[in-house]
Amino acid sequence: MRSAEALTAPDPNRLLEVRGVKKYFPITKGFLKRTVGYVRAVDDVDMYINKGETLALVGESGCGKTTLGRCVLQAIKPTAGEVYFTTRKDERVDLTTLPYDRLRVVRRDMQMIFQDPYASLNPRMTTLNIIAEPLVCHRLMSGSRLRGYVRELMETVGLNPHHLERYPHAFSGGQRQRIGIARALATQPRFLVCDEAVSALDVSVQAQILNLLMDLQEKMNLSYLFISHDLGVVSHISDRVGVMYVGHIVELADTAALFDRPMHPYTKALLSAKPVADPRRKSHRIMLEGEVANPSKLPPGCPFHPRCREAAAECGERKPEWREAEPGHYIACHRA
Amino acid sequence: MTADATLGGKSTRGPLLGGGRRKARSSYEVASQWRLMWWKFRKHRMAMAALPIICIMYLLTMCCEFFAPTLPLTRFKSHKDCPPTAIHLFREGEFIGPYILRKDSGMDPVTYRRVFVDTDEVVKMGFFVHGEPYKMWNLIPTDIHFFGPVESGGEFFLMGTDSLGRDVFTRALYGGRVSLSFAVVSIFFTFVIGLTLGGLSGYMGGFVDGIVQRAIDVIMSIPGIPLWMALAAALPKDMSSYTRYLFMCVIMSLVGWTGLGRVVRGKILSVREEEFVTAARLSGATHGRVIFKHMIPMFMSYIIVSITGSIPATILGETSLSFLGLGLQAPTISWGTLLQDCQTIEAIAQQPWKMFPALFIVVTVLMFNFAGDGLRDAADPYK
Repeated sequence: MRSAEALTAPDPNRLLEVRGVKKYFPITKGFLKRTVGYVRAVDDVDMYINKGETLALVGESGCGKTTLGRCVLQAIKPTAGEVYFTTRKDERVDLTTLPYDRLRVVRRDMQMIFQDPYASLNPRMTTLNIIAEPLVCHRLMSGSRLRGYVRELMETVGLNPHHLERYPHAFSGGQRQRIGIARALATQPRFLVCDEAVSALDVSVQAQILNLLMDLQEKMNLSYLFISHDLGVVSHISDRVGVMYVGHIVELADTAALFDRPMHPYTKALLSAKPVADPRRKSHRIMLEGEVANPSKLPPGCPFHPRCREAAAECGERKPEWREAEPGHYIACHRA
Repeated sequence: MTADATLGGKSTRGPLLGGGRRKARSSYEVASQWRLMWWKFRKHRMAMAALPIICIMYLLTMCCEFFAPTLPLTRFKSHKDCPPTAIHLFREGEFIGPYILRKDSGMDPVTYRRVFVDTDEVVKMGFFVHGEPYKMWNLIPTDIHFFGPVESGGEFFLMGTDSLGRDVFTRALYGGRVSLSFAVVSIFFTFVIGLTLGGLSGYMGGFVDGIVQRAIDVIMSIPGIPLWMALAAALPKDMSSYTRYLFMCVIMSLVGWTGLGRVVRGKILSVREEEFVTAARLSGATHGRVIFKHMIPMFMSYIIVSITGSIPATILGETSLSFLGLGLQAPTISWGTLLQDCQTIEAIAQQPWKMFPALFIVVTVLMFNFAGDGLRDAADPYK
């Protein structure tokens, strides 16, 4: 078995459990669209999120964070694996096998905040219609009640409720992101995937949105899957952090544990790149050799071993298993 | 919050610039896509000039019974090949209102051709005059014509007559009804075929996409006129004029849907990948809602542009086919069949007024092209 947690009975505290999720994108060539290979965007990922908890995913560009987030919500169908989700009726369902219509019902409990506040709002709809869309889709409200509720939502996320009839083109980036958040919150979900939710915003607005997200978490007992490449933001908001490298989670632990005692060589290198606002402190940046592995031509064994300073012969032969090195501190490395 | 403060900051600048500016700003913020398009369209001068002309064209031809001075099949036997009648306003230096001079026909002693000379007999012209009785839209019997000679029997030919003594202007209006409605009906068929096949091609992809795209390639590679001719020649000879009209529309759209099909496919492909479409799906929208509420509105404006662009081509196509005798056929009157009278060099040299229907075609096509230009510029108000 891949992990110890999979063997245990489902924990009542678990909201989401991801088991062995893979997403391979076929590479096609030529007139007949022959498949000549696969891009392994997400390769065999296990993780879980508890109720009311924030799990952050970090990693460099192209490591599969966003793909994983989308696989969790079934925005992209994963190639393999299971995604268990506990609905508000306390049913544990495997999202990957649900037909479209049943999945549609479950979507009420899980929503997404998108990275790009410009692309994710339909430019032909008013703010009212955009925020009300999930409510209308799930037939939860209509008419003046809906209007009133949308006003409330807009106030919650810090938008002027008088701007109800405005189109997205009349808002700034930060305001648009708030519209996206209001839409995600409309159905009072239990779980939100925040895909680089604040990366497109400037720092002052970022802080506001992060505080808003944390307030809402307290009020509504929300769980977040927080995808980001910004280590500062992640250390601020998350309870636990997973580090991704070309489609694999290489290390996953409590935020404090991961930032203080990173075990995986990649995590160490990644954390050393975090800028520190102290000119006197000498940075001990670990420079990684070589290029990020090509997800269509992964090296044998551990995907990180060609760049790893601690690599041994074993690393190039056998894929390291996903194990619990310390309680709650998971890692995939032979050497740590 | 900060977000509101920035907005508030912007709108406080409003009063300094004057109330009108402030109003314009706030209306921009709540302006729908169509209103933004209209604002942009309004800036296009040519298109704004073309729009009323197109409307007038359609009005004239839709109510052609009323606007035509006579009936399209009435033959003035003593006025065959008669040149256009001039409308005068002044008589011996005095304003007496619009009138015409009755024409007498005679024989040119040298060329033996029939010639028309003006007599001194004044026939007053007027609006809403009683003329030949007709049924408006085949429903309301009346004899009131928009303008014409006040006394009945005055021969008034704004654009001359043809070789059988029928009024060219009247026939051009009746022909316009056929030609212009033909464009609309065949565009409707084009729309249906193009949207369905293009949409299927883009949404389903794979095998269906391949088939549709290769079909488009093949149709596009065949020159238009021979293909129309082949299809039109396949229609049985003894068809009624209405059935023939419909079949011609279908033929035009069978050939013409390819462009629209490509546009729709491309748009579906690009819109399908849009983030807000994913957002709609994740919000819990059904397939139907995603397609009709989120995808189609995104490229509706492009479809309208594409359609406006293909109206002139359809009019020209119908005209050329009818001109060649393969499209609509006499007794159906269309601009193309009217131009059949100009197929001889003699007609063009000696009765150039028979070319007037061509003027209608040129004006219509030009106006549609101008309007299409304006629409294309306005189609995406967000760019």
